[in-house]
Amino acid sequence: MLELTDLCYTYPDGTEALRHIDLRIAEGEKVALVGPNGAGKSTLLLHLNGVLRCRSGAITVAGHPIADETIRQVRAQVGMVFQDPDDQLFSPTVFDDVAFGPLHMGLDEQDVRGRVLRALDQVGMSGFERRMPHHMSLGQRKRVAIATVLSMSPGVLALDEPSAGLDPRARRGLIDLLRSLPQAMVVSTHDMRMVAEVFPRTVVLAQGQVAFDGPSEAILGDGELLERYGLERP
Amino acid sequence: MTLSTSTLDRYIDGQSPIHGLDARVKLLLALAYILAMALLPPGAWTGIAVSAALLWWVVLRSEVGLRTIITRAFVALPFALVAVTLVFTRPGAPILRIPLGPWVLTATDVGLTAFVSIVLKSWLSVQAALLLTATTHFTDVLYALRALHLPNVLVAILSFAYRYLFVMIDEGQRMLRARECRSAELPGRRGGGSIRWRAGVVGQMVGTLFLRSYERSERIYVAMLSRGFSGELRTISPRALSSVEQGLLLVGGATMAGIVLVSYFV
Repeated sequence: MLELTDLCYTYPDGTEALRHIDLRIAEGEKVALVGPNGAGKSTLLLHLNGVLRCRSGAITVAGHPIADETIRQVRAQVGMVFQDPDDQLFSPTVFDDVAFGPLHMGLDEQDVRGRVLRALDQVGMSGFERRMPHHMSLGQRKRVAIATVLSMSPGVLALDEPSAGLDPRARRGLIDLLRSLPQAMVVSTHDMRMVAEVFPRTVVLAQGQVAFDGPSEAILGDGELLERYGLERP
Repeated sequence: MTLSTSTLDRYIDGQSPIHGLDARVKLLLALAYILAMALLPPGAWTGIAVSAALLWWVVLRSEVGLRTIITRAFVALPFALVAVTLVFTRPGAPILRIPLGPWVLTATDVGLTAFVSIVLKSWLSVQAALLLTATTHFTDVLYALRALHLPNVLVAILSFAYRYLFVMIDEGQRMLRARECRSAELPGRRGGGSIRWRAGVVGQMVGTLFLRSYERSERIYVAMLSRGFSGELRTISPRALSSVEQGLLLVGGATMAGIVLVSYFV
């Protein structure tokens, strides 16, 4: 589904953010991306749908390499959800926001409406179509933010710290939601308990490199490894 | 959060027929009303009275409360008071002389008529606008503007402003609160610093707020790109107005036109 080969990225100011990343993510595979702040998690996510373009190396999404001609299809394939729902939800109402992606895919309006309703139903936010994001709780906004990309029916979801700042109940709801979604996922997080529950595979980034890539159980059970990468035991 | 919503959101929830009316119809009727107010000649007391009665009748049917609308409309009065100069500048029969040192201000009947007309007409216009915003969600007003072919870019600017005004106010309030929490004083010492220093702090806060908003705008743009934005804003097209709604528009527009015409020729 997603294939990163020898991906390198250097910020314009010269900081090396990603160094020789190799990753393969299969269809429907749920992968946690962990590591300290500044390890390059967000930078890596921004590459997955071509917002940042790799300086060297290559990324293919569903068999298509990311290039100028394929960028629109790639963005329909990779649903990117940002950490702050106030950035993700920029329209005055929930309906407008969830309809934004499908409308820009050029679908007809009947189809768009259907997709909006289905996406909101999937995240358990039916009936919120006319609400304004400002009047909703953080947990609700996070759910709607996920609906805004589900309506584009992507094959991969890329989520940036989805459980950050949520109260226990909203976090529980989010975990159940992530488990129920059939899409492949790459999720950056510090929430190791969520990793244990949702993600069979974990990738640890440290200083822009893949430091560990394997079954989550292997790293979650290894105190020394967790210590080394500054991670918490769940 | 409470402050920002109560001061900015003028919508008052209700189930009245006015609430249920399509936003386009309400917007057009409100615009027609305001246009008619602007066109009414000075001293057309009957016209003004009929228009006021008409508006208040609608207000009474809207569950919003006549009192609310009328008191909120006083906000605009200070602006109308600018017209007070008309009382002394329009030529006409003098009714009052106010000596001001070497000058004498002479109030004329024509001037007074013009002034009172302007105050009443602007007061009513503001009431019409208030009724619109009290019975229509701002988002519906945006839909209406788009449906009435206001350029898409302008509608988008308005809708972003509306969406992020609240976010910015919250951000500003959090900063003010943080400053408050660290504005401590030691016993026996005058705290607070000089005015110059405090002004500098406020300036830095404004600058920070600007930078944060600027950075947020970049993140929003990336979020839009990620969902396929390519520079063109697409929206769902509005449904056609029903014949009842079209009729309502026609009747409302004709009534206001009638009031203006009668005021001129009678």
